[in-house]
Amino acid sequence: MAIDVERALALELPTRVVEVERGRLRFFAEAIGETDPIYRDLDAARASGHPDLPVPPTFFFSLGLEGADPFGYLDELGIDLGRVLHGEQSFDYFTTAHAGDVLTLTERFVDVSSKRGGALEFLTKVTDISRDEEPVARATSVVVIRNPDPPPTPVECVEIQGQSMESPRTQRAGEGSE
Amino acid sequence: MNPTNTTVAVGTHLPPLALPPISRTTLALFAGASGDHNPIHIDLDNARSAGFDDVFAQGMLSMAYLGRLLTDWVPQAQLRSFATRFVAITPIHAQPTCTGSVVAVDEQTATLDLTVTLADGTVTLAGRAVITHPTTAHPNS
Repeated sequence: MAIDVERALALELPTRVVEVERGRLRFFAEAIGETDPIYRDLDAARASGHPDLPVPPTFFFSLGLEGADPFGYLDELGIDLGRVLHGEQSFDYFTTAHAGDVLTLTERFVDVSSKRGGALEFLTKVTDISRDEEPVARATSVVVIRNPDPPPTPVECVEIQGQSMESPRTQRAGEGSE
Repeated sequence: MNPTNTTVAVGTHLPPLALPPISRTTLALFAGASGDHNPIHIDLDNARSAGFDDVFAQGMLSMAYLGRLLTDWVPQAQLRSFATRFVAITPIHAQPTCTGSVVAVDEQTATLDLTVTLADGTVTLAGRAVITHPTTAHPNS
């Protein structure tokens, strides 16, 4: 089923206010095998000039998943989570955030596109992250929806990805999948 | 090791970051720590019902590994942008290695090409980052 483009672009996503928790940053550091003590140890962070543990580069994506129903927008658009893959992710950084910061996240969909006669659809979401109205970071996410009609199997997806790798500089965003 | 301006030149390679094989425990811990509770990465039944043979790693886990590659090389305050495409699935038990190299340098910034490659040669993530030179890093707070 094709995404209703107008509906997606008009969808009002909730603004989230999230406090960055120190323990959560330690857990994240442990899960990714982080060895740099500034991401785990408060004294080490302070010795490096940080007021608290810094928010690592990709954790802003996790802040966007805070809240009761982070994938709720998929339901609203009639998309089954099992058909969704992460195609692309980018971040722009304006300042460093730390544990204890209260950050505001505002999200919107900015693009919907499709390939292969609608077998693959691409949904682009931008999240602006700020602290006291000061921009902290911007996260841009492209998710790929594998539509069952016609059904692309995982093997076909890999072939598509193989093609995209032949000329990565000239391919548009979101060719692949996680 | 933090490079100075003089050590950042086109062709400079970042010290690679070789990771241990991805275990189911790693995926479960990352699901909790990252807040991505999509069961396709942690629940075999769910992965199979979606047409996969087994669970596979969260793309953001590999991107987090690339983040480690970057912040091992320069202080995070020098990071201006960081982008990846997820070009292939990372199967359970795969062993990723992160690599990066400098592809452009100007007076203010350096641009890095980033790759995550599995032991069998499969490229799973292809990315790019822009870092500033130390004197123009943004403040820590």
